[in-house]
Amino acid sequence: MKADVKAVRRITLPLTGEVLATLHAGDELLLTGVIYVGRDAAHKRMIDALETGKPLPVDLKGQVIYFMGPTPAKPGKPVGSAGPTSSYRMDTYSPRLMAEGLKGMIGKGKRSEEVKDAMMRYKAVYLGAIGGAGALISSRIRAMEVVAYGDLGPEALRRIAVEDFPATVINDIHGGDLYELGRSRFRTAGGRG
Amino acid sequence: MREIDAKKVTEAVSFLLQDACYRLSDDAVTGLRQAYEREESPASRHVLGQLLENAQVAAGDQIPLCQDTGMAVVFLELGQDAHVAGGDLYEAVQAGTRRAYAEGYLRTSVVERPFSARVNTADNTPAVIHTTIVPGDRLKITALAKGFGSENMSRLAMLTPARGRQGVIDVVVNCVDEAGANPCPPVIVGVGVGGTAEKCMLLAKEALLRRVGDPHPDSEIADLETDILNRVNGLGIGAMGYGGRITALAVHVEVFPTHIAALPVAVNLQCHSVRHRTAVL
Repeated sequence: MKADVKAVRRITLPLTGEVLATLHAGDELLLTGVIYVGRDAAHKRMIDALETGKPLPVDLKGQVIYFMGPTPAKPGKPVGSAGPTSSYRMDTYSPRLMAEGLKGMIGKGKRSEEVKDAMMRYKAVYLGAIGGAGALISSRIRAMEVVAYGDLGPEALRRIAVEDFPATVINDIHGGDLYELGRSRFRTAGGRG
Repeated sequence: MREIDAKKVTEAVSFLLQDACYRLSDDAVTGLRQAYEREESPASRHVLGQLLENAQVAAGDQIPLCQDTGMAVVFLELGQDAHVAGGDLYEAVQAGTRRAYAEGYLRTSVVERPFSARVNTADNTPAVIHTTIVPGDRLKITALAKGFGSENMSRLAMLTPARGRQGVIDVVVNCVDEAGANPCPPVIVGVGVGGTAEKCMLLAKEALLRRVGDPHPDSEIADLETDILNRVNGLGIGAMGYGGRITALAVHVEVFPTHIAALPVAVNLQCHSVRHRTAVL
């Protein structure tokens, strides 16, 4: 590892308030514990449930959700390829889930101002996983089960057990944003303009 | 008249899609390796290293490179002296798609009724098929497993001719800039210039099928590719948007004559997980 890369931090889930306060944009993490998995259709169903006064199928208080829809598991394997999907499509749903106690999201790509505001308000973080590294990420997932919306196939709500799942802090609870920091550092006059 | 068995078409499409989803092509690996060597940003270098490792794990452990195994786009170049026998050509392509996604444990990501029910078709059909008739008696099949993180960042701009070369550059650079990390950079940027609206978009997609980094044979177009690539790599987005010098591995431009009133520009982005294969029957 190069000297200018910060040391990787091992984090055991769930994310406590104490840990959340110490996370900063750009931190490299290895997560171990339980993570929920859901993408577009599962989010829509969860929000529909909340709006009609029904409970969520799982308690998201203090939990982390990973925006992902895996390839089918081969026999003897817990999961197939398992990289992140673009997070902006969940922007319309995420603040409501943070209000329910969600403390972390894992995906890729920038979030809306509303989501960033909600992260600061509800003290939640947004982590990036490497898009297109689905095979590598798969090897860090020890177990997976469908917990709701099985009819959605690859979009079902799942629960996974991970060990040393690599993630980078994109947005922290202090307003830090890795996409802005990183881009401003390497943007040249030859860029947009 | 040469006969081509429709079953061979099904077999070829199935093989090509599966192979593409498990094994990153040599040109893409080379592009990532060169980016890894040139990148100054530690965060971006880290990502590029992980992507190279991912390609090894995928091929070695037989896990798809990416969980978004795409919507299948199949290009057919059918020789006018060839005759497809033993079944419907397009149905043979759909059967090959169906088989690839079932046999290959690939994710089925296609939904019908897109603006309402959005029900998964459960076999990743239909594939999108583009056919051209060419001289000869062969059938050339190119199958592309197109992920939608990058596809969603596509753009079509109908510029006025006055915008010229600079206008083309600005459309492409702004498109990549606004896409940020969404299309999984480092990307391959497919650009279409000219034609009609739909022809222009198709040119942009066809541009993605070129070997990564091969310049256009026309030097004026190759120069445009270089200028756009330099501008794009000045955006600072870097691998996965973590900041860096390499936002695109290549820019490929395809050009077609257009109307006196128009300067159409289309952008179709391809993530670093370039997945297409070609076979000739």
